[in-house]
Amino acid sequence: MAVKPRIKLDKKEAKKGDIVEVKALVSHIMETGNRKDANGNTIPRKILNKFVCTVAGKQVFAADFETAVSANPYIQFKFKATETGPVVLTWTDDDGSTIVGEETITVS
Amino acid sequence: MTRVFNRRETFWLGAGLVGTAAFGARPALAKNDADEAIKKFAGGKTPAQGKVKLDLPEIAENGNTVPMTVSVESPMTEQSYVTDVLVVANENPRSGVVTFHFTPASGVAEANTRIRLAATQDVIAVAKMNDGSFYMASKQVKVTIGGCGG
Repeated sequence: MAVKPRIKLDKKEAKKGDIVEVKALVSHIMETGNRKDANGNTIPRKILNKFVCTVAGKQVFAADFETAVSANPYIQFKFKATETGPVVLTWTDDDGSTIVGEETITVS
Repeated sequence: MTRVFNRRETFWLGAGLVGTAAFGARPALAKNDADEAIKKFAGGKTPAQGKVKLDLPEIAENGNTVPMTVSVESPMTEQSYVTDVLVVANENPRSGVVTFHFTPASGVAEANTRIRLAATQDVIAVAKMNDGSFYMASKQVKVTIGGCGG
């Protein structure tokens, strides 16, 4: 399933040391494993359990999601601009598959 | 943690008891392992109050998606920064909500996401600093319609 995350940086060009805000939204059911279907069978858990953001190959922020994170998880965080490079956001599913999104930050 | 109920909370507590009595077949909501999760995260230390700011609505009309912002006061330099922030909710089916991992490159220890809350409850954030100290904050959210398919 090709899911395309929506990623927005509050600025694409920054001065060294500027704080850049990242907002990201990804489409995912985030099934808790607590719900039951019409026949009373438990719907198996399926969530994105890990989120990592790297800038120019260096990790700046990560999060472990539990079942209490809403469907279509939204995440907003900040990082300090130090060098030009790709901003790569990776979500890892319970089944091991990943959703990857990428933006570029230019640091002058 | 001892809690003193104010008048409004006592009312809801009473209403809850009446509700439980009326639907006797329904099991009462048991507290989950939030306290143990905090203990495990803090390695047995007691986190101090302060430094952490937990921004949540007073009343959440829809428990399926409650916006939450956690920020921690810190210079976020190589010498002094926030490493992890654990967020737990004490009346959800499972205590864990989210854990944020910061680095000095984060610049600001602040993150926002949307969470599920099954019922009116306290949300607790515990921050771990790179020097091994812990700080916490908690906030009660009143939930009108619970999330988690409840």
